[in-house]
Amino acid sequence: MNSVGIFAARKTPWEIVADNFSLLAMALLAFGAVVFLVFVLAERTSVKAQEWIKYIVFIAPAVLLLLVGLIYPTIRTLIFSFMDARSENFVGFENYIWAFTIPEIVTVLRNTAIWVVMVPLVSTSIGLAIAYMTDRMKRPGIIKSLIFMPMAISFVGAGVIWKFVYSYEPNDKRPEIGLLSAISKALNGSAPNWLLEIPLNTFLLIIVMIWIQTGFAMVVLAAAMKNIPDEVVEAAMLDGASPVKRFFQVTMPMIRATIVVVLTTITIGTLKVFDIVRTMTGGNFQTNVIANEMYSQAFRQFNFGTGSALAIILFVAIIPIIWYNIRQLRRERTER
Amino acid sequence: MTALSLPKARRKAKNIFSSPFASAFAWLIAIFWTIPTFGLLVSSIRPEADINSSGWWVFFSEPNVSLDNYAAVLFEGTTTNPPLFQFFFNSLAVTIPAVIFPITLAVFAAYGLAWFEFKGRDFLFFTIFGLQVVPLQLALIPLLQLFSQGLKIGDFTIIPDLEITGTYIPIWIAHTIFGLPLAIFLLHNFLSQIPRELVEAARVDGAGWFKLFSKIILPLSVPAIASFAIFQFLWVWNDLLVGLTFGAGTKDIAPMTVRIAEMVGTRGSGWEVLTAGAFVSMVVPLIVFFALQRYFVRGLLAGSVKG
Repeated sequence: MNSVGIFAARKTPWEIVADNFSLLAMALLAFGAVVFLVFVLAERTSVKAQEWIKYIVFIAPAVLLLLVGLIYPTIRTLIFSFMDARSENFVGFENYIWAFTIPEIVTVLRNTAIWVVMVPLVSTSIGLAIAYMTDRMKRPGIIKSLIFMPMAISFVGAGVIWKFVYSYEPNDKRPEIGLLSAISKALNGSAPNWLLEIPLNTFLLIIVMIWIQTGFAMVVLAAAMKNIPDEVVEAAMLDGASPVKRFFQVTMPMIRATIVVVLTTITIGTLKVFDIVRTMTGGNFQTNVIANEMYSQAFRQFNFGTGSALAIILFVAIIPIIWYNIRQLRRERTER
Repeated sequence: MTALSLPKARRKAKNIFSSPFASAFAWLIAIFWTIPTFGLLVSSIRPEADINSSGWWVFFSEPNVSLDNYAAVLFEGTTTNPPLFQFFFNSLAVTIPAVIFPITLAVFAAYGLAWFEFKGRDFLFFTIFGLQVVPLQLALIPLLQLFSQGLKIGDFTIIPDLEITGTYIPIWIAHTIFGLPLAIFLLHNFLSQIPRELVEAARVDGAGWFKLFSKIILPLSVPAIASFAIFQFLWVWNDLLVGLTFGAGTKDIAPMTVRIAEMVGTRGSGWEVLTAGAFVSMVVPLIVFFALQRYFVRGLLAGSVKG
């Protein structure tokens, strides 16, 4: 590997691409060949042998990967969170005490809490409103596509898009190139340096996540509204219920379960998002969140203890949602 | 059903629902939602001098179009900072296997979980369902160590150091693992709805478990596979966390998101480079999204709590 590294510096980008794609082709071929071979061999075994071979071929690979790649690491992370930076000595709850007492980290936890409350509530509300307003519209396709589009954009891309909206020109004589600054200047005569403005900056970052998640909420809720039987809607209309009243008394109760699913899904996504903060402020100016701080602690400061503790805190915050989801799924299955 | 009365009532419903006020409001939000992306796109095709001296909306009164930004960001680079096109191909090389591997393993597992009768099946299914929402952050440090040191318990080596650090293999494996729970859940939902009679008829005809899979289950699950494939494609292509953790060490393999994030952080990367670069990274997912939106929505509705 190292001897190749010396030559790698002289390779042109196209050569690197060619090398990478030959590795890619080899990997795909190898994977395909193994799967094919295993399958052909297994197919030829006796009916009796297949009764146990089927578990090895179909279930074992995925279960094994999940054990090694997800369950084992989670346990390791839990252990690391009680150890020092280099995972050499046990330090008890020190990393957790650190997380809840150091002012910067308390800010991180507080910001995360603001994110987790704001993003699901606002994006679900807006999504719900649009879904309701476009429910019986003749051609809602374009509207929905436009609002849904941010879902296809990476958090990094979204970060760039909004950083441009928030961009600020320190020189008074030069025109603003950021949309928000230009609007603010036209209205107030001045514009603040948005992303440095505490605590406004945290909310400006939250807007980016809301911008992405609203489309998701809208699409899922609109599908749920489509499933409300026409008879129910008609009955409410014959009773002379206004659209607003119908929304709160018919639509909302009928799709309550879906609203909960949307809220919890967005909550989980929000807890874990780190790309937006990292791209837009790097977590500076008191905008940091757990997911980003976890990465900084573990892979910048190389403190596996504090990094792991933050990951565990993140996990603990999600456990109630996992538990709720599993219970919900159990109920659905027994009803079926 | 009340087939006769329905069309009339529905027409009435349509009229009342699509009030002009609601439509106007929905349009307003849609436009508001699009302006930031639109501004980025417009900026990316303006000459550098224009971008830095006036807002993108000025473009409509002084329309100067230039593709120089794209040329610069795509093809100009140094040995330490390769041009963006290299990262574009890196992203492709990361994404293609990271979509194919988990789908293959997940179809297998979903088939087993849906149709094999065994003890602990429900427990296994619920565990996998619960794993969907486990934050990746929990697995990063140990997984990274696993790739660089192997797995040892005491002196006993379970997995040796495979010396794959710095190649795509750790990224592929990581994405495969992180994609599996959602993939298995979605595909299981779909596969368990295949009519029991169909499966039993095939079994009676003497089809083994493997023949059953390749002749009946797999052809029937193509739409579900397509839905998940789009999902996983967008997820992997847009991912930063896995790419950064397992691939940022060498620029030869780092995906585009890592490079764009780095460009944003560097002083001196002007908006002319950033706007064009960001758009290059968005173009593939946007095409996939608009071309296959219906499948994407289907996958989304089938259940999505992944992170």
